[in-house]
Amino acid sequence: MNRPLEGLLVLEFCQFLAGPSAGLKLADLGARVIKIERPGTGDACRQLSIKNIFVDNDSLLFHTINRNKESYAADLKNPEDLAKLKQLISKADIMTHNFRPGVMEKIGLEYPSVQLINPKLIYGVVTGYGNEGPWAHKPGQDLLVQSVSGLTYLSGSAIDGPVPFGLSVSDIMCGNHLAQGVIAALIKRAKTGKGVLVEVSLLESVVDVQFEVLTTYLSDGGKLPNRSLAKGSAHAYLSAPYGMYETADGHIALAMGSLGLISQVIGCDISDLFTDAHSAFENRDQLITRLAASFKQQSSKLWLELLEGHGIWSAEVLDYQSATALANYKYLQIEQNLELANGKQIRTTVSPIRLDHEKLFAAKAAPGLGFDTTAINNEFDIN
Amino acid sequence: MRPLEDYLVIDFSQFLSGPSASLRLADFGARVIKIERLGIGDICRTLYTSDLIMNGESSVFHAINRNKESFEVDLKNEEDKETVRELVRKADVVIHNFRPGVMERLGFDYTSVAVLNPAIIYGEISGYGTDGDWKGKPGQDLLLQSVTGLTSLTGNEDSGPVAMGLSVIDMLAGAHLAQGILACLYRKAVKNEGGFVQVSMMESAYDFQFETITTYMNDGGCLPQRSKKNNANAYLGAPYGIYQTADGYLSLAMGSIPVLGKLLGCTKLLDYAAIADAFLKRDEIKAILAEHLLTASTAHWLSLLEPADIWCADVLNWDELLAHDGFKALNMIQEVEMADGYRYKTTRCPIRIDGELLTSAKGSPKLGQDNEQIKEFIKQNIIADA
Repeated sequence: MNRPLEGLLVLEFCQFLAGPSAGLKLADLGARVIKIERPGTGDACRQLSIKNIFVDNDSLLFHTINRNKESYAADLKNPEDLAKLKQLISKADIMTHNFRPGVMEKIGLEYPSVQLINPKLIYGVVTGYGNEGPWAHKPGQDLLVQSVSGLTYLSGSAIDGPVPFGLSVSDIMCGNHLAQGVIAALIKRAKTGKGVLVEVSLLESVVDVQFEVLTTYLSDGGKLPNRSLAKGSAHAYLSAPYGMYETADGHIALAMGSLGLISQVIGCDISDLFTDAHSAFENRDQLITRLAASFKQQSSKLWLELLEGHGIWSAEVLDYQSATALANYKYLQIEQNLELANGKQIRTTVSPIRLDHEKLFAAKAAPGLGFDTTAINNEFDIN
Repeated sequence: MRPLEDYLVIDFSQFLSGPSASLRLADFGARVIKIERLGIGDICRTLYTSDLIMNGESSVFHAINRNKESFEVDLKNEEDKETVRELVRKADVVIHNFRPGVMERLGFDYTSVAVLNPAIIYGEISGYGTDGDWKGKPGQDLLLQSVTGLTSLTGNEDSGPVAMGLSVIDMLAGAHLAQGILACLYRKAVKNEGGFVQVSMMESAYDFQFETITTYMNDGGCLPQRSKKNNANAYLGAPYGIYQTADGYLSLAMGSIPVLGKLLGCTKLLDYAAIADAFLKRDEIKAILAEHLLTASTAHWLSLLEPADIWCADVLNWDELLAHDGFKALNMIQEVEMADGYRYKTTRCPIRIDGELLTSAKGSPKLGQDNEQIKEFIKQNIIADA
């Protein structure tokens, strides 16, 4: 198929998750992505494992984030390597980096210098907290950014204290934003013929994720989020029944819905607590607790048949085993196989975007450190 | 000049997923026209998901739909339908997030729209795909979190399922749709081809979990195990988590356990010298840390750890965040104004292009507020084409 970013060359000077996840998105949309890595060590994510799982020399985590890319080894502090990189930059459409503010200036690859080499280059920068202010030099790490952003007061129950999202949400959102910005910049370049600077930060991205609730906070006199005391509540700003409920054999989730209908369908008397629409907010915790007592009495299957039969928005709460066994999981083709050079295989996810009726499969495994250096030097006549 | 200046987006979508994508396109410079149902409009206007009503409509509607226009139409009325067809002929992008089958019935599915405008970029979001046995299920955020295993990652081991307290899957699906649309707009700019972009919330939910679900697929089907206490990532070892201190909380990312022990004056931690201990014995280590960190203030611990380049941070609420110079330096809050003069504060687009903050002073539209102007725009275009 004809992928939209075909023919575009991306140089990725990024490590860890935010920048490289943007590179993966661009690669799946058709761009050729070359990781520029330090000889000997490379992207630090190669050694950063989760659950201590490695495939060959690199962590499974690295393989997940860096499939469908090439690797070029170069030492930015070595003048010969730097000269080669500048030749490569002159041929590229996009470069991205996530060094802390000031690092690229010292090397001489900051945007103004790079524009002299390639005036049409799109230059994407990821920072933790932007380039200015007292946080500019703090480590841009996901959990720390979540912690300063207020995000940890939105999940779990009021007695839990701060509860972080159990995934690197600021990295992932920031990678998505970088990909958007870079592609928008390509559209701008197509009109102007000039390079474009795109800047994102983990903090701005994780604030953007909170844009609905922050807008509420900015207009409600600055009330802090009020999480429920009831176990299973799922949103500090939503009324009962929104949340997850334990059943006789598992859990079910209920989205927003008519409390009157739900209480009738499940046979739970809430008439003292639910008197008007506002009482669903006012008496949220008591209502959730009351409903929870009823839901505990029967199986998930029974409740879901009843609730779905009445058009009430509900679902079973699944773990990875039951979730990946769903017929719909297979139907959506969530998985693909990566073939490693030595015949080993890794199963991982596919791009979530379908274009022109096709899934964007891309089964090329992540590159070994510097694997493509010689071929790239030859191809671009770099010496 | 903004990247999408002069682009026209016709947005049939409601709630959050689709409208969050068109908000991004609007901030990139596109003109976004919401196609809203006569008398009712985007259900998000009246579905009071939060208790706060601002200028007659829900606060979340104002957050999601600033910088857009509203065209109120009856898609069952042939005359109205023809005006929408005219708009679609002029448009660069069409977006919707109806359940599968609805746009076909209305006559605005991709095939029909491509007949009117072959170079259209058509983007759609479904809950669970457009075919298959779950196509009719409600694509609601909490339900998607629940059926994709996401609720087993947050909270502690004995917390039961814990949702992420935001509509994060909606926003991810919106972000993915925006990427696909932008990529096709680039292709259109260089090749003048149209494109069809489809995203489902279920696929977006797994893309969000690509690290953890890949681990699940490759380690023999072991389910994620959250730590007993102070969990922040089921797959990471100690100290990764948030800890209570004498006067607040302290967040600790990755770091060597014995080094932490020395810096914090916690000798018990010196026993965990093997690198593998950080994961294998994380519950023990976290319990020791949790007890020790209660003995002094957050500022005290930060003063010991930050000079040693340990990845750590204070834990702030919004009052503290908004008051902090580190946040103020970002200029993240903007004020917008609606056509009737109502003003409100909200966040801006998180992306900077050529050093410019992509702010916009235009507030959300009242239902149908742009009808006259849009009809005039259509009329002029018909005259121009004639």
